[in-house]
Formats: sequence, structure tokens, C-alpha cells
Amino acid sequence: MEIYLFFLFGGIAVVGALAMVFNKNAVHSALFLLLTLVMIAGLYVLLNAQFIAVAQIMVYAGAIVVLILFVVMLLGAELGESIPRWLTLRNSVMVLLALVFLTVSGTAVYDWLYSTQPITGTVTDEVIARQGSVQLVGESLFTQFLLPFELASILLLVGIIGVVVLGGWRLVQHRQRGE
Amino acid sequence: MDWIQTLLIPIVYSTILVVILLTGFAYLSYVERKLVARFTMRFGPNRAGPFGLLQPLADALKMMFKEELSPKNADLPVYLLAPFLAISTAVIGWAVFPFASRGFSVLGYSVPPVLADVNIGLLYVAAVTSIGSYAVVLAGWSSNNKYSLLGALRAGAQMVSYELPLGLTLVAVILVVGSMNMTEIIQYQLDHTWLIVLQPFAAIIFFIAGLAESNRSPFDLPETENELVSGYITEYGGIRFAAFFMGEYIHMITFGAIISILFLGGWSGPGADAVPFLGLVYFILKIALMIFMMIWVRASVPRVRYDQLMRFCWKFLMPLALLNLVVTAIVIAL
Repeated sequence: MEIYLFFLFGGIAVVGALAMVFNKNAVHSALFLLLTLVMIAGLYVLLNAQFIAVAQIMVYAGAIVVLILFVVMLLGAELGESIPRWLTLRNSVMVLLALVFLTVSGTAVYDWLYSTQPITGTVTDEVIARQGSVQLVGESLFTQFLLPFELASILLLVGIIGVVVLGGWRLVQHRQRGE
Repeated sequence: MDWIQTLLIPIVYSTILVVILLTGFAYLSYVERKLVARFTMRFGPNRAGPFGLLQPLADALKMMFKEELSPKNADLPVYLLAPFLAISTAVIGWAVFPFASRGFSVLGYSVPPVLADVNIGLLYVAAVTSIGSYAVVLAGWSSNNKYSLLGALRAGAQMVSYELPLGLTLVAVILVVGSMNMTEIIQYQLDHTWLIVLQPFAAIIFFIAGLAESNRSPFDLPETENELVSGYITEYGGIRFAAFFMGEYIHMITFGAIISILFLGGWSGPGADAVPFLGLVYFILKIALMIFMMIWVRASVPRVRYDQLMRFCWKFLMPLALLNLVVTAIVIAL
């Protein structure tokens, strides 16, 4: 059951990602991105990480893709230029690099699939059943990963302040000129 | 026969739910028309059948047999996807709502009182409400109409803004209960008292933000008929228009259900522990009360202006929700 669902979600995610890259209409691309993100959330559910799955849907599907759609619609940039020519030096180098990367990661996956070693980790089904995955995430965020967590919050705070400064700059200038 | 328990029962369960919601919507539209008519000293629908009770059926038939028109330069795939999204995003939230104190068993297979008793129920609800804006935004964009696009942009801004106070009230609820599981939230209210008593501000903010999230009056700016024709649904007709209509009404029912579970104790009530069926009745009554409030608001409050809408959200609801959250956290820490 789980393996079928994995291939269903994973397959649709890969097809969605390809469609996103090759689509000429920016709004359609954004929608395929949404499809891919939702399917990846499905993969998270299969990995017993329900919290991450729902957070992914809330943050990416609920906010970021809406913003992407917004910008595309406001700028009226939904129809991009057609791809002029495929075979340039840059593209060939990129394809080569991608193939190297695929080989490396594919080997890793192959080794993992056919290894006899059982997978070990601290987060097993029993742990999640005992604590609930939200509690688990929260606990490790505030104990083991406290410093990165706080650093990320400071980064976000800087972002918010930056937006306020940029957005309010004209207002401040107006006030200074006494208008 | 494990597959009956894991596959067949959820499928039948959700099919029944969807059918009930889709037919319930038809009579909700009748109730709304009748109530708004009475609020404004009119009669409302009273021609088709006794008391106009067959009006929804007549409307449905009319919608179904209308010609399917679409604008010439519409983005057809997205244009057809949007009404579908409008219904499905309204329906999927029901997976985590508990309906009664316990389930029952049929032929040895147990039917649970909740379709998916997950420990992230509340987050799931938040996620589902956050993707509700897609139908509106995509419908407006794909219609290739200026009014539609304006309505869609308004809707997008409105929904993204009002999500924040909505989410903050949910956090306050989580702080009080200490769990995101819907069943445990109701259990907490059984043990203590309804959360509307403990969190009155959260309940009010949630109700207002919920009105805005489901595009209900006085926040129905995405379809202001006196400035935007019909906003994002201007170019939709026939059964596709009916789909948007359906989505909006099911959103109303869903919000009624969420408020009932979070703040009014869900299925709890006298005798609901012993007789699970009574719990279902209480739950439906509470949803009906919430829907009545929404219709009441629509009949008595004028629509707000766009700048008022944004100012109200960011300068009043947001600080209030934040303050409520901070005070709740301090009280719990003490």
C-alpha cells in the first residue's frame, strides 16, 4: 500500500516539476509548482511527518504560491518568451553536471535500496505514537536546535523590519518635507 | 478482510458526507433567501411548492440546463479547474471533524465518529482554509475580464490578510487545550467549560475573520456587484456558476462546524455521552446557530470599503489577536 502511494505521489511530483519548468505560461507553471508541493506533502505524510506536511501546505501552498500568482497577475507577465535555442555551451555543461549529480544520488539510492542494513533513527512509529509529531518537533526545536531556531527568527525579524522601512520610506520623506 | 476497514468504510463515509453537504447547501440557500427576506420585511421564495420549499430544486434544474458559455480568450484549463477547486477546498476540511462521542459498528466493522483522528487536526483545518483562495484567484484571472481580475486580486489580498488573525486565535486555542487533536479539544471542553467562555476574544475574532475568509458580507468585496459586476464570477454561468455558489455555502457550513468544535464544545451537550446520536443533533444545531448568525450579519451590516477592510484587519484585529495570545500565554504560564 505504502509503496504504491509513494510511487503515485512521487511520480505526480516529478511530472509536475517537469511541467512547471517546460511550461511557457507563468500561471500554469505556478500551478504545477503547487501540484508538486502538495504531492511532496503527501510524501511527508508517508514518512510519518504529518506536521511537516501540513506546514508545507500552509506555508508554500497557502502563502508563497499565492504571492507568486499575485506578482505574475499584477505584472501581466504570464506569457514568457519562447525558448530560442536549446543547444548552447551553457546548457550542455548544465546537462552534464545534472547527469553527474543524478548518477551520484542514484548510486546512493541504489545502495540504500539494496542494503541489508535496517534503517535506524530516533524517530520511529512508536515514538510518534507516544508523543504526537507536533510535540516532537516542538521539543527538538526548543532544546536541540534552539540556536538555529533563534537565528532563523532573527532573520525573519530583519526581513519584516526591512519591508517596513522600504514600504514606509516615502511616507517618512513626505513628513520631513512637511507635506 | 482488512481492506473493508481501511478502505471501504472511509470511502463510503466520505461519500455520504459529501452528498449530505451538497444537498444541505441547496436548502441553506433557501434558508438564507427566506431569512434575509424576512429581515427586510419581504416574503422571499414562496411560489414553488409549499412555502417555496421546492425552490432549490427548481434553481438546480435551471442551472443544469443553461447553456455553457465561456469567454473567447479565457484560459480554458484554469477556467474549468477553478469551480472544481471552489467545492473541493470547502469539503476536505470535514475529514477531521468529530461528529459524536463514539462511533458504532456495522457487521463487525467499526465506524469511527471522525474520519481521520489525526493529532494535527487543527493545523489541517488551518491549512485547508489557507488554500481556499485559489479558486477565487484563478477564476478571476482565467476569465480574462478586468472586473474579474480586480475581484480576484481583492480576494487574494483579503484572504491572505485575514488568515493571520485567524491563525493567531487558533494558536491561543492550542495554548489553552495543549493539543491539536479535534477529539481532545472537545474532551477538554467537556472536562472544563466551553472555550467561548475561556477565550471570548478569540471566538469573536475567529468569527469575524471567518466571515472574511469565506467572502461573506460585510466582507464580500471580491464580488461587490455595484462596482465589479460580480467580481470573479462575472464570466461564469450555468452549472459552473452553481459550483461557486455551492463552494461559498459549503464554506459557510464548514466555518460553522469549526467554530462549533473549537468554541462551542462540538457534539457536547446534555445526554450526548450516553446517546451518540444526540451529539450529532447538538453539533448540527450549533452549526445552524452559527449559520444563522452569519445570515443575520449579512442582513444588518453594510459592506465595508476596501481600505476599511484592510485597516480593520491590520490595525485592529491583528493587534487584538496578538494581545489575546500574549495574555493567554502569560495566564497559562502563571
